[in-house]
Amino acid sequence: MGRALELWTSSLPRLLEATIAVTIPLSLAAFALALVIAAAVALVRLYAPAPLRALASAYVWVFRGTPLVVQLFIVFFGLPNVGIVLPAFAAAVVTLALNTGAYASEAIRAAILSIPRGQFEAAQTLNLSRRDTFRRVVAPQGLRIALPPLANDFIDLVKGTSLVFAITLVDVFQVGRQIAATTFEPLVLYVEVAAIYLVIVSLLSLAQSQLEKRVSRHVRSS
Amino acid sequence: MSAAAEPGSAAPSDPAASAPAVRIRGLRAEFGSLVALDDVSLDIPRSRTTVLLGPSGSGKSTLLRSINLLERPSAGTIDLGDGPVELGGRLSRRTVRAVRARSTMVFQQFNLFAHLTALGNVTLAPIATRGLGRAEAEARGQELLAKVGLADKADAYPDRLSGGQQQRVAIARALAMEPDVLLFDEPTSALDPELAAEVVAVLADLAREDRTLVVVTHSLAFAQRVADKVVFLEGGRVLLDDEPGAFFDSDDERLVRFRDVIGSV
Repeated sequence: MGRALELWTSSLPRLLEATIAVTIPLSLAAFALALVIAAAVALVRLYAPAPLRALASAYVWVFRGTPLVVQLFIVFFGLPNVGIVLPAFAAAVVTLALNTGAYASEAIRAAILSIPRGQFEAAQTLNLSRRDTFRRVVAPQGLRIALPPLANDFIDLVKGTSLVFAITLVDVFQVGRQIAATTFEPLVLYVEVAAIYLVIVSLLSLAQSQLEKRVSRHVRSS
Repeated sequence: MSAAAEPGSAAPSDPAASAPAVRIRGLRAEFGSLVALDDVSLDIPRSRTTVLLGPSGSGKSTLLRSINLLERPSAGTIDLGDGPVELGGRLSRRTVRAVRARSTMVFQQFNLFAHLTALGNVTLAPIATRGLGRAEAEARGQELLAKVGLADKADAYPDRLSGGQQQRVAIARALAMEPDVLLFDEPTSALDPELAAEVVAVLADLAREDRTLVVVTHSLAFAQRVADKVVFLEGGRVLLDDEPGAFFDSDDERLVRFRDVIGSV
């Protein structure tokens, strides 16, 4: 136990450094991009002409239907063969965003579909533009519905970043692997890495419940 | 009473009412093989309360919603004062906006914006579409809420309001748009009698104010109390378009049957 404590203390700075330098910025950038993709795809699948709808459905089908690590390999190792060369970090952001965007688009689509038709008709008779209808009526109500599944997607994404060591990025998990290899203490190191993810996810869950309270002010009992 | 009433035959002699608020000509609407409106022509007199009556499926709601273009008939014209709008083809956004600037709907299910307070519901559209400043819109909103007896509920979310209160907020929200014509689609049908009474009282107040109201209802008592004109529809056709007296005194067997059935509820 003394040996474990000593190792935890000595390795923590390096692990946190990798967390702050790679895992967290990667998660934030990828999720921000994923939300943009998800909103666009949801709107296309609901309202665009058929060919665009089919394209959006195909995107969701492919990115939900294939493993994240394979997607990372295709983007980072495969695409250079057709002239598309992305730095590892950019490749990770794009791939994670596309992957999460596919799931998140379904959450957003479901949230929009859950808005009663009467809300749209009220917006119409009050002469709200489409843009205002979405911004001022649909989005604030839909957010309450979409928040829990979106939080799930974000949490999955954070954990998914642990795969980026496979495309040469040195994230918290990769640093843990390196230290484990030199100290021959895989149990101690990987438990420590797991604990770091757990802390991040716990903070996210906390933020989620705060946000849920804020967007549910208008609902009596939830 | 002749079955095919002439449009405008009930126009009162008041000169202000000489130009109808809404002119409807040859309206036809179909849902699949069902004909909801069959060549409906009708004038809605200005500054008067017109009540649309008829059995379920008679087309009265479709007619009302068509005036607001929430329903798109396949043929005919409606004219709310900007010239006739030809239905059946694609309408430009500008045309639709112009029609809706002149008419605002109050729905059976209220359809208040669930995430906004009573005041937020009343001010959203004036701020977004009519270029009103927030302070101005809120002052006006407070006035309108006071008018419908809800001055103390400005900060309440719809979820905390009774159905009658929600409908009164919805009426204030429609008034905030300052439309020429207020449209009511069975405004009390979703309410208990007691709550319906408070909404009827607000409607009766509006009717006294020289406003143009069009009300679809099942309530003969309401028609008797506030209508200046009754339009009776059956099977998508106008059977009667006349003063309320003509409706209540008519011995046309279809009207007698309707009065008996509805009056006994």
